[in-house]
Parts: sequence; C-alpha cells; structure tokens
Amino acid sequence: MFYGAELNCRLMLGTAQYPSPQILREAIAASGTEVITVSLRREGYGGSAFREILHECGCRILPNTAGCHTVREAVTTAQMARELFGTNWIKLEVIGHADTLQPDPFALVEAARILCAEGFQVFPYTTEDLIVGERLLEAGCHVLMPWGAPIGSGQGLRNIEGLRTMRAHFPGVPLVIDAGIGAPSQAMAAMELGFDAVLLNTAVAKALDPVAMARSFGQAIAAGRAAFQAGLMPRRDFAEASTPIFGRAVLA
Amino acid sequence: MISVLGAGVVGLCVATSLFEAGFAVEVIEPEGSPAPVSWLAGGMLAPFCEGESAPEIIVTQGQAALEWWAAHVTAIEQRGTLVLAAPRDAKELDRFARATRAHCWVEPGKLESQLEGRFARGLFFGTEAHMDPRAALNALRERLRARGVVFHEGTPSGRIVDCRGMAAASSLVDLRPVRGEMLEVVTPEVCLTRPVRLLHPRFPCYIVPRGEGRYMIGATMVESARPGAVTARAVMELLSAAYTVHPAFAEAELVATGAGLRPSFPDNIPAIRRDRDRIHVNGMYRHGFLMAPVLASALVQIMMEELGHAH
Repeated sequence: MFYGAELNCRLMLGTAQYPSPQILREAIAASGTEVITVSLRREGYGGSAFREILHECGCRILPNTAGCHTVREAVTTAQMARELFGTNWIKLEVIGHADTLQPDPFALVEAARILCAEGFQVFPYTTEDLIVGERLLEAGCHVLMPWGAPIGSGQGLRNIEGLRTMRAHFPGVPLVIDAGIGAPSQAMAAMELGFDAVLLNTAVAKALDPVAMARSFGQAIAAGRAAFQAGLMPRRDFAEASTPIFGRAVLA
Repeated sequence: MISVLGAGVVGLCVATSLFEAGFAVEVIEPEGSPAPVSWLAGGMLAPFCEGESAPEIIVTQGQAALEWWAAHVTAIEQRGTLVLAAPRDAKELDRFARATRAHCWVEPGKLESQLEGRFARGLFFGTEAHMDPRAALNALRERLRARGVVFHEGTPSGRIVDCRGMAAASSLVDLRPVRGEMLEVVTPEVCLTRPVRLLHPRFPCYIVPRGEGRYMIGATMVESARPGAVTARAVMELLSAAYTVHPAFAEAELVATGAGLRPSFPDNIPAIRRDRDRIHVNGMYRHGFLMAPVLASALVQIMMEELGHAH
C-alpha cells in the first residue's frame, strides 16, 4: 500500500504540540495508529530525547521536512532524517508561504526528484492539482498526499470536488489526505471518498482531551474505510420525478 | 545536615523550606557554574493559564505558590494575567477559555489603557501574579545567607537533595531538555502593567513587565538539547508577537536574549524522585516558579518522616 507497507490502521498521526510526551504516547495508543510523523528542521540533532520517546511507541516513523522553504533545506533535512531514524521514508513538505503553509509545487517536484533518485520513499505534501500529482509520480513518488485544507486550519475537505476528481484520476495510487482535518467526520468523509489514509496532528494535539480525540479519529477513519469498501449507495435526486407517480392526477 | 545541590529556583526554595522547618541546610554550588535556567524564566504564577495545556495537578497545587512567594519575597505583583489574540485568531481565545477556569471576559483597553481600540476582547485571570525572577532568586539567596546557611562548592556533608535540573540528567534517565528562548526589550513608549499572553496557533508568547520600560518576551518550546544562543527564528517569532500586541515594540531596544533547557519528565509534571541515598527534585518544565514551593513543602514532609527524630 505505502511503499510495500500494509497498515491495519489508516490514521497517520503527527507528534507536535501535545501537552506532554506522555499524553502523546497515550494518544498514539488510543488511536491505533501505526505511523507517526515527526519534524526535524527546528529540533535538529539535539532532539534525541524526544525521538527516543517516539521510537519507544513502536510505530513506523515517517520523518517530515516541515518548516523547509527551499529544495536545499528539504533535501538536507531528509538526509538528516534518514541518518537519525534509519528509514527511507520521508514526508516531503516544501512550504511556499509561511503564513498559509501552502506547498510550493515547483520546489516540491524538484526536491522529490532528487530524493527519489537518492533512494528515498517520498510522501509528498501537495495540493489536489492533477498535473503536480502527475509530475510527482514521474519524479518517482508512489504516494501522493493532497491537503484537505491549509495546515492547522481544521477546515476539512475544502475542495471536495477537486479531491474526488483526484481520486478518480489516480486509481491505484495511494492517496493520503494530509493537513486541514479538524473533526472525525471530515476524516471519515475522506475515507468514504476512497482515500487510502488520513494524516493529522493539530485536531488531536490541541483537543481538550487529546487521547479521547485520538480514539475518535481512529474509529471514524476505520468506519469511513469500511463504508467505502462496503459500497456506498449513490445519492439520489428525488426533487424531480423521472417517471409517472401513482396516485397523482397530473403527471409531470 | 541536608545538602541541597543547585541554587536555581528549586534549590533555593527547597533550602528555604527545609531551613524554616528546622533542618540544618547547606547549598552546594560549584564555583563559576552558569546561571540557572530559572534566571531566564518569566516569573509568572499563572496556574490557571497554564491549565490550558498542563494537567489539573499543576492548576490545583500551583495555587499554593502565591502565598509562599508573598511570604518570602517582597516584589510579588498580583495584577492578574491578560490573554489576547489577534482578530483573525479570535477562536484561539474561545478555545483557551474552554480549556481554563478562573477567568472573565474583558475589554483589554479597560485594563491596559494602551491597548484601547487594539483588541475587542480578552480573557482576564485576576488572581494570577508575577515577579522578577532574578530579584526573587537573589532575595531568597540573601535571606538564606543572612540566617547562616552556607553556600559552598565543596563536598556535600549531609543527606543529598539534588536540584540541579538538566545537570542531574545522568541519574534521571527519562529527564529530557525542552529548549526555551526569551528576549528582553526596553521601551519608554509601551506601558503594560501585567503579564500579557498572546495566543497564536503556532507562536504563542507572553510579555512580562519588569518595570521602568523593561519587558521580558518569551518563550519558545523546542524539543531539543541544542545549546547556544537564541535562533533568528525565535527572535523573529517573539518580536512579531510583541509587535502584534503593541506596534511601539518595534522601536524598543533589544537589550538581552537568553536560551536555556527546561528539565522535563515525560508527563511534564515536576516531581520528587528517590534514587538510592539521593532525593531528586526535578522536571520543572515550564513550572519552576509555580511548582518549586509546592515540591519544597512536599519534600519537607518527606524529610520530617525520614529524619524527623534526628534534628
């Protein structure tokens, strides 16, 4: 599914902004997540104590390049991540705008090309743009991570039709909704659309009870995935009758 | 004799409480040791604000700190805490209100006249207090000295109570550093009379008045043991937050910066730990001034039970 890794739980959890590492650990356990993502840009080599706590959680670690604004920064951070975590996985973020945290698609594709050539297994944080997605696949990515909404905004699936189109355009490519998810219902909706996983952080970390919220997200994502597999009924339009209606004197 | 290792906020509070309980105390402080990280603290006694992310035990127990400090240090100011957010982050205020208690909604301009017209609403935590941490630490030290407590760098001669923060990490395996960075600015143009916290989804900050136009602006929280000076990013984030509170901060003199490592346990709750013949008081995280008196009192109880008949 994701570079050969099969996951039972389709929630990927960020590790920033929790009240404490202890609560983070409990949230990870409650959610059932098997993949956690961790930033490095700011913490650098000095973050070993926190990384040790993450290792102890037993999850697969997806290091990220959050906070990187250039190709060079992102590539260097990815190399450091490989050295520190001993994994080829990298969630590639190249931020184009410090305020909206919107990805820079041009730098993203370039960084993805460099990292894929170096043997990294790249999870690129991108928009729902189809052409950028194609270029990322050409660059060697086997997963795409479109945003739901800007990072930390909690707005959910802001362009649901665009995401639906993306899902249809890339059948067979693992697609992960990354960023912007604020509520379990939004994560569930993403799973019902056929996305393969959801990655989120703030909605859990900044909940008043992060552990309970982590559990809710785990359940919602499992339910959304099960619903997708079960085959959702099509939405039907009863607003206009297409055939004669019994018992009506005047047929439309 | 009890030998207190370290003369930061924990060492000084512990030594003071033990001395007052009747124990013979000495403070071990290596010559030329760097200033304790509590030197860089905000010096706020804000148990309710901290409750936004701290567990209930900090909120409940931390309330006792004010009385302790007021009994030991003259310069405690109980003027409350004002919590603000920029208009576009107004929802952060609602979240903060839900996550905390002992506050009321206010018009910030009515409490701090210079904020008139700048913020439509804020949260006021009226019972909270603040102090100048350096003045407070110096006062505790002088008080102990005046009563005959010896500070020296020699071999400890008594039961060891280790209050050395990160310096004790080798015997506390789960103690980790959380880096914090702060600034001090001076401006005659800004007049704030109480700590102001500015909420932001990524760069929350607080501004603590130190008097005579001096303000401490803090503090970052980075999961890192990185030593060394403040980063440019920290300075930019903290100053832009201060600028949001009042644009006149842009013309202030940046007179000092500081960076230190907060000793923290995995649950971020300060604790007393026993390690064979040594007792640790550590893991103060963000709560040094708030929780040091609380742990000092708890330690006195432990020592009373242990050595009660010996002094």
